[in-house]
Amino acid sequence: MVMTSAALTPDSSAVAARPQGGVSWWFSDLWEMTLRNIRYLVRSPEMVLYSLLQPVLFILLFAYVFGGAIEVGGDYVQFLLPGIFVQMALYGSATGTTIGVAAEMRTGLMDRFRSMPMSRTAVLLGRTVSEVFRTVASLAVMVPIGLLMGFRFENGFLPALGGMLLLLLFGHAVSWLGAWIGLSVHSAQAAQAAGGVWVFPFVLISSAFVPTETMPGWLQVYAANSPMTTAVNALRALFTGGPAASDVLQTVAWSFGLIVVFGWLSMRKFESLTAR
Amino acid sequence: MPTAIEVAGLCKSFGSVTALDHLELTVPEGTVHGLLGPNGAGKTTIVRVLSTLLTPDDGRAEVFGVDVRRDPRQVRRIIGLTGQYAAVDELLTGRENLVMIGRLFRLSRPAAKTRAGELLERFDLGDAADRPARTYSGGMRRRLDVAASLMARPRLIFLDEPTTGLDPRSRMELWRIVRELVAEGTTVLLTTQYLEEADQLAHSLSVVDQGKVIASGTPDQLKSQVGNDWAVVTLIDTADFDTTTELLRDQLGAGLTADPETLRVQAPLSDGGSLADLLHTLRESGVQIGDVSVRRPTLDDVFLAVTGHAAHSAEPETDEKTGEDTTWS
Repeated sequence: MVMTSAALTPDSSAVAARPQGGVSWWFSDLWEMTLRNIRYLVRSPEMVLYSLLQPVLFILLFAYVFGGAIEVGGDYVQFLLPGIFVQMALYGSATGTTIGVAAEMRTGLMDRFRSMPMSRTAVLLGRTVSEVFRTVASLAVMVPIGLLMGFRFENGFLPALGGMLLLLLFGHAVSWLGAWIGLSVHSAQAAQAAGGVWVFPFVLISSAFVPTETMPGWLQVYAANSPMTTAVNALRALFTGGPAASDVLQTVAWSFGLIVVFGWLSMRKFESLTAR
Repeated sequence: MPTAIEVAGLCKSFGSVTALDHLELTVPEGTVHGLLGPNGAGKTTIVRVLSTLLTPDDGRAEVFGVDVRRDPRQVRRIIGLTGQYAAVDELLTGRENLVMIGRLFRLSRPAAKTRAGELLERFDLGDAADRPARTYSGGMRRRLDVAASLMARPRLIFLDEPTTGLDPRSRMELWRIVRELVAEGTTVLLTTQYLEEADQLAHSLSVVDQGKVIASGTPDQLKSQVGNDWAVVTLIDTADFDTTTELLRDQLGAGLTADPETLRVQAPLSDGGSLADLLHTLRESGVQIGDVSVRRPTLDDVFLAVTGHAAHSAEPETDEKTGEDTTWS
């Protein structure tokens, strides 16, 4: 064994001499936390593939099984794909963050992080920011599939790009809800169930697959105002054409609302784990 | 000598479970202090309070004069924590783990890389440095864990049951690392369930039971309370049981335990009574002996000597983790 005798000598001045906190260190912490989560995605790509299973299944199911029976007043694939994109961003962000956070909170690594002079907000934020990268990776698979099936960005490049950014924002917002659920459940198994169970009805009771007008009146009230519907309608308008402003603004508002509320709740929950 | 750890009247409860009950502890800088006790005694709770993971209900806890409640951020700069559960990122390589920890400790990237390389070599992980940590053996994982705690050259390092679940060779290696650490001036707070480990590593010991320090001193002082080695005599014939018990009591005196079920009689070998004398006496008496052996004193023996009752887990296994479990509710 090589004996580099200086290696173990205590010298906390190396740490203590550096500035307390500071914005640049916060960004450095956030980058380290994001980096490790991105490495997860790269090293276990099955997690990305897994989050694509449901959307791909839904594309096949709705485009080729139910689609023929659904009247949308136009091409059904063109109607369907924005809904699938939102579903994908939502499902991946929600379940991925819930399960990831719940599993990680039970490791010794969290204790180590919390015993270190690093930013605590960076731990959770690194997780949710990395979910944006997962959504980008998923889009890289889903968009070509959509194009193969006949979907087209008919409204030009910039609105399409804007739609993608809106999708990433909405996905990021939902991952905060996922983080909060992940912090609140008692076991990784519970996270597995709780992470995805609400997504299914949330996605279906919206304009993602069928026009909301066909639903009974009481359900229509909910479906028409669900953030899922506003997000899907915003994407449809941006990708295919039509008045977009109202739905885009509502989706942005929903997203920031979710980020503020569940970001705050999650951070508080995370802090309370140490305060006991 | 400056004081590394100063704890006075420390209390902590989880609901109705009292984890720490007016605990007192002083550890001088540059020494290894062992916390010895069964599962659920409160050892891990002490470590979690001192490493700012738990807030105590009452009492004072200082690390190098810094109050853990008043200035936890400052405490976090000077400590390294190796908890009971290996705190390594499974999907990252050994090197990436260490560089990440170094960066979070505010080392520059080049400095973190250099230090990571040094520690990997030093802990015999050089060949495995670029493999994901999930491929590591238990011993390698522990060494990586300790290396991570040392990235920022802490003045005080907590080792919470560092060798639990390790094979003997890995345990020896970890002991060697701890000795080197201390030789170079680091203070170590070690928790263990093994008297032998405490004996090997610690300058001073606190025996912890139900959240209190029930005995403290050097390992030698504690061992002299326990008696050195134990003679264990296993009989073949029930008829010899009473005779043998009497013989051993005469020859070795206090501390004897006899179990008629297993036909096993054991007693600490006191300074006066040697094993040879004992064997001689037994042969003279004509009892039929199945087996005679000598064993090192255990934590149970310490407890028996100090408290008069055997070491027992306050709550089966989970008590030390009650803190965690409660926080999730």
